Amino acid sequence: MLLKLWHKNKIALLFLAPWFIGIIVLGIVPMIASLYLSFTNYNMFQAPTWVGLSNYQTMLFSDSRFIQSLKVTFIYVFVGVPLQLLMAFTLAYILNKGVKGLAGFRAIYYVPSLLGPSIAIAILWRQIFGTNGVFNDVVSIFGVQPNSWVSDPSTALFTLIVLLVWQFGSPMVIFLAGLKQIPEDLYESASIDGAGSLTKLFKITIPMLTPIIFFNVVMQIIGAFQAFTPAYIIGGERGGPLDSTLFYTLYLYIKAFTEFQMGYASAMAWMLLVIIATFTGLLFLSAKKWVFYGE
Amino acid sequence: MKNRKRFWGITKFVLLSIGAFVMLYPLLWMLSSSFKPIHLIFSDLSLWPSEFTLEHYKVGWAGLSGYTYTTFFKNSFILVGLSILGNIVACSLAAYAFARLDFSIKKVWFAIMLGSIMLPYHVVLIPQYILFNNLGWVDTFLPLVVPKFLATDAFFIFLMVQFIRGIPKELDNAARVDGCGPIAIFAKIIFPLMTPALVTTAIFTFIWTWNDFFSQFIYLSSPKIWTVTLALRSFLDAMGESLWGAMFAMSILSIVPIFIFFIIFQRLLIEGIATTGIK
Repeated sequence: MLLKLWHKNKIALLFLAPWFIGIIVLGIVPMIASLYLSFTNYNMFQAPTWVGLSNYQTMLFSDSRFIQSLKVTFIYVFVGVPLQLLMAFTLAYILNKGVKGLAGFRAIYYVPSLLGPSIAIAILWRQIFGTNGVFNDVVSIFGVQPNSWVSDPSTALFTLIVLLVWQFGSPMVIFLAGLKQIPEDLYESASIDGAGSLTKLFKITIPMLTPIIFFNVVMQIIGAFQAFTPAYIIGGERGGPLDSTLFYTLYLYIKAFTEFQMGYASAMAWMLLVIIATFTGLLFLSAKKWVFYGE
Repeated sequence: MKNRKRFWGITKFVLLSIGAFVMLYPLLWMLSSSFKPIHLIFSDLSLWPSEFTLEHYKVGWAGLSGYTYTTFFKNSFILVGLSILGNIVACSLAAYAFARLDFSIKKVWFAIMLGSIMLPYHVVLIPQYILFNNLGWVDTFLPLVVPKFLATDAFFIFLMVQFIRGIPKELDNAARVDGCGPIAIFAKIIFPLMTPALVTTAIFTFIWTWNDFFSQFIYLSSPKIWTVTLALRSFLDAMGESLWGAMFAMSILSIVPIFIFFIIFQRLLIEGIATTGIK
């Protein structure tokens, strides 16, 4: 029996060996370990001590910084991602209507997505929205008082959302590819029926594009929940002015690697997984209602 | 009618160009500031430097903590090179097994592989850190490179599986008739034919590894093995805001490799995003 199993699988095992080791040693076992740690107090130097649900209770009921980090992250995700995707869709829609130099525009609009996650851009952002920054020079034309946008607690998060929206290029490229897939004859027959461009947009383009919209929403939300670099560099490593840019992952990092509360940080990691899974799950459930797959 | 259409065409082109300029303005501003003498950076708003200096590049390149940017760039390139190699080797092996070989509870393993793509890194972060710490790997490249050789970037496995499924099975069968086993089929037929998927993998591994901050930041602490990313961040901490010029100069240099990559592989890259949905 075992021998048969071995004969059936030995070749595949040869190819899968690296992945198997990886998924077990770096995936499944650490997942179980962090679930276990989430029920303990652990500082890396002494053995973990079991505390039951206490980490989760503290998190939800008595840690105001945790609640703050949730709030900040939710605003970032649920304001930033829709704005970014709206921008991506609008530009893709305009570009798809046929314009001179399409490839050039596509490439230029993509550049921020390419460079956006880097430290260089985070540094630049800190400058642009700082006291001496270019943003002040621009808004002063419209009579807005100069401000240090990155260090003002009421506007710091806004600068991070702008950075996210600025990187609309990659979803735009995906939208563009989707728009090209919509059969031309749908539009032609609509024109014969006397449909204007707005009708076509809402009755053909958007419904036909819903699978791509769905894909982009899911991917961008998952990504945005895990954003770290912009908060750390632009807002500051302790969570920015009055914790106004204390992203979830930044707080997790602080708990794990500056306060060495590895148990608490593990509980936060699992909570993040639950939050992301919930939103993705809800999106998948809602997909039946609004995503249109084929005729 | 025709005139009106032309008018709209031109208006659209102009608006899109203004949009493109606004999008690129921050980058252009940083580029131009890196060549301006310090007293002009915040006073001279024009994009073309009225006085031109290379001083910031000299000051910046000298680096910090006794190491110059030569070291930091070398480290970044080593890290990127090893990551690309690891992803190409390990992911292609796994992808071949998933796409072409038969093994026990294959569907379950495939589902686990797909699931691992969506998994937030943070759920495995702490135990992985403890593991690497116990192995004595913290403050070396190993925690960043070894996982690539164990195919942990499952996204690329998925990408390659999709690609291999598109290669006609007749090719495998013909090779089998000629006496090739699965290993020879992989080495002589599948691997060479999947070059486009391998190139996509290499491009995105390059960009992601180059831009990555979090894992490098956690695992690399000695200046000797800092990457460009880490050097920039320490620069920001050490210099505060007094050396903006040098910081801009090094920031510009830090994005040059990705930019060159982008220009060379632009078409492949954009097609890669369009067909697979990677960022």
